[in-house]
Amino acid sequence: MNKLIVSPSPHDENYVKTHTIMLQVIMALMPALGVAIYIFGPRVLPLTAVCVGSCIFFEYVCRKLMKRDNTIGDMSAVVTGVILAMNLPVTLPYWMAVIGSFVAIVIVKQLFGGIGQNFANPAITARIVLMVSFPSAMTNWVAPFWYRTADAVSCATPIGLSGTTDEARLIDLFHGKCGGCLGETCALALLLGGLYLAARKIISLAAPLSFIGSLFLLSALCNDSFYYGLYEILAGGVFLGAFFMATDYATTPITQKGKIVFGLGCGIITFIIRHFGSYPEGVSFSILLMNVLTPYIEELTRNKPFGAKEVQKNEG
Amino acid sequence: MKKLKGIRLKHRKNTENSATVEFPLPKKVRIPMSMNMGAACQPIVKVGDEVRVGQKIGDTDVPFSVPVHSGVSGKVTAVTDYRTDMGAVCKAVEIETDGQQTVSDEVKPPVVTDRDSFLKAVRESGACGLGGAGFPTHIKLNPKNPIDTLIINGAECEPYITADYREMIECPEDIIGGINMIKERLGIKNAKLAIEANKPQAIKNFEEMAKNDDTIDIVTLPSVYPQGAEKIIIYNSTGVVVKEGELPADGGVIVINISTVAFLYRYMQTGMPLVKRRITVDGNAVGEPKNVSTVIGTPFREILEFCKTDMDAMIKLIGGGPMMGMSIPDVEMPVVKTSNALLAIKSYDVSKTTSCIRCGRCVRVCPMELVPADIDRAYRIRNIDELKKLNVLLCMNCGSCTFVCPANRKLAETNQLAKALIPRK
Repeated sequence: MNKLIVSPSPHDENYVKTHTIMLQVIMALMPALGVAIYIFGPRVLPLTAVCVGSCIFFEYVCRKLMKRDNTIGDMSAVVTGVILAMNLPVTLPYWMAVIGSFVAIVIVKQLFGGIGQNFANPAITARIVLMVSFPSAMTNWVAPFWYRTADAVSCATPIGLSGTTDEARLIDLFHGKCGGCLGETCALALLLGGLYLAARKIISLAAPLSFIGSLFLLSALCNDSFYYGLYEILAGGVFLGAFFMATDYATTPITQKGKIVFGLGCGIITFIIRHFGSYPEGVSFSILLMNVLTPYIEELTRNKPFGAKEVQKNEG
Repeated sequence: MKKLKGIRLKHRKNTENSATVEFPLPKKVRIPMSMNMGAACQPIVKVGDEVRVGQKIGDTDVPFSVPVHSGVSGKVTAVTDYRTDMGAVCKAVEIETDGQQTVSDEVKPPVVTDRDSFLKAVRESGACGLGGAGFPTHIKLNPKNPIDTLIINGAECEPYITADYREMIECPEDIIGGINMIKERLGIKNAKLAIEANKPQAIKNFEEMAKNDDTIDIVTLPSVYPQGAEKIIIYNSTGVVVKEGELPADGGVIVINISTVAFLYRYMQTGMPLVKRRITVDGNAVGEPKNVSTVIGTPFREILEFCKTDMDAMIKLIGGGPMMGMSIPDVEMPVVKTSNALLAIKSYDVSKTTSCIRCGRCVRVCPMELVPADIDRAYRIRNIDELKKLNVLLCMNCGSCTFVCPANRKLAETNQLAKALIPRK
């Protein structure tokens, strides 16, 4: 007979593990990646592969150098790689993508203690670092289906052309037929992925809904136009940011109330940057700024435990 | 009314339709002197003594304790030291059975005239909470505050266990009789019989039985773990919130397990103390899951063999349910008063604990609205002020947080360790 295992209760568990969660996120990103290949051409694939490969490589080397357990098995580096690729223009040189991965994995994630410990979203921070370091390469947008024509046609990102509000243009935006980073253009695919994650209870819709909702309301009210509000949420990286980055576990509040506050903050900051700032795009900055505020939001939105006594102010 | 959080578990009530089977008398029993909350008893028999069924074999002067009786007739062969599943050491009396099952002269219906004699009889019956925690019943039934509602806990929210369910199906008259008896003796006006929605047959039976009695209310609890936890069942059946550090009696309620009620009723009729109980034997290493009725002190090994357990494949043995039960280190340990289930398991995930990814699943499921992830973090740096602020003392160790954790963190365990850091006033 075997020696019996003695352990504290509970003795049963469910079978959702960190790596299965990460695999679900990767699955949810697949529609957006597929659409990106369709719209921006085959170069999407090697670019994504470079991001993913270098993220895994940096994760492995970092853990090795720091003499810690190898964590590439949890698949989080793959998720970071795919999301980072989603945030890059299709024409970006591969070596710049590697720098992005370095920033994301080494500086933002591992130096702060690895998975769950980073205070800022790795992919967002990498995008911002690349944007301020290589502004022209990071804004070298090409027109959809450029790969089918003889030479690359550069085109403005829709966010740079603000003001067009006719319906056909909005439907194009929803389908992703516009310039931009490779994963952010197709709102439909991102929405599908986000809803899938919500249905599998991987993410809560609190932050995406309050983010998109507040941005829509502010934009629509400010310009007194329903279409303008729609335009603002469909253009740029709002859906990518809202569903895949404002729902990041480590860098957003853990409680439902906190998630709503986080989303509202993102919506408001994005609106302010887009309308009053000199940058055309504000999603990345808004998420980064709210990441920094997350510990304070958590402190202020704590759950009140069931049956807890009121905290006595002058105690201890 | 607020809906409390919880988790949906697979019920796995494989034994719900198996009528209780009488377990053959074992050759030898070992009866520990500590089987419930409270002080351990001292043996009052010595080696060589003849004992009979229902005879008291252990007692103590400490009021917060319950006497111990023999369930067999035979000869005391040894009085040894015994380590309980909680880790405490007490004495245990070993009795070799003679197969006669001669009933002791001590066994006669108690004379109950008032509240005091009732409570004295309850203590003499050896009763403690049969749901698993084993709180001495005579203490529970003697609250300082006036009580207006008696809640009978028929939730049985843990997977596998059907011992209470079989009581409801096999002895419903004893349950109703017991409820009326307690109400009358303690002057409680209302009773609420709370049963989880996954036992529709029991709910239907009791609704039928109590339809002409408006003092007994049948409450259907949602099928969400942990309904059987005291604070949860009180809230879901009466709306009373038991505050931190308070007792249910402070809110005018008492919660008592359904099998305990039925036992007390039978004791008052027959005088046979708590020497036998029903135990659910299940788990994936058990060939024939059953409900067996056996004398207290029966070695687990014999029961497992009786239920065709694959002893070679079994790697874990749990006394109680999979969520809050205790690991049993040794198959020779005996059935005690609080053994409601015995689960023999042949698969157990021993995968490594990894970093918290702050997914918030533990927060989403905690019925007490705690933040186990933050408690874990505060515990690791021994931040006692933070632990107090996080109200860790409210944790009732239901295990939901550990159950859902994708990083395999033992959050419920950490909560218990964290509680121990907070100095008691």
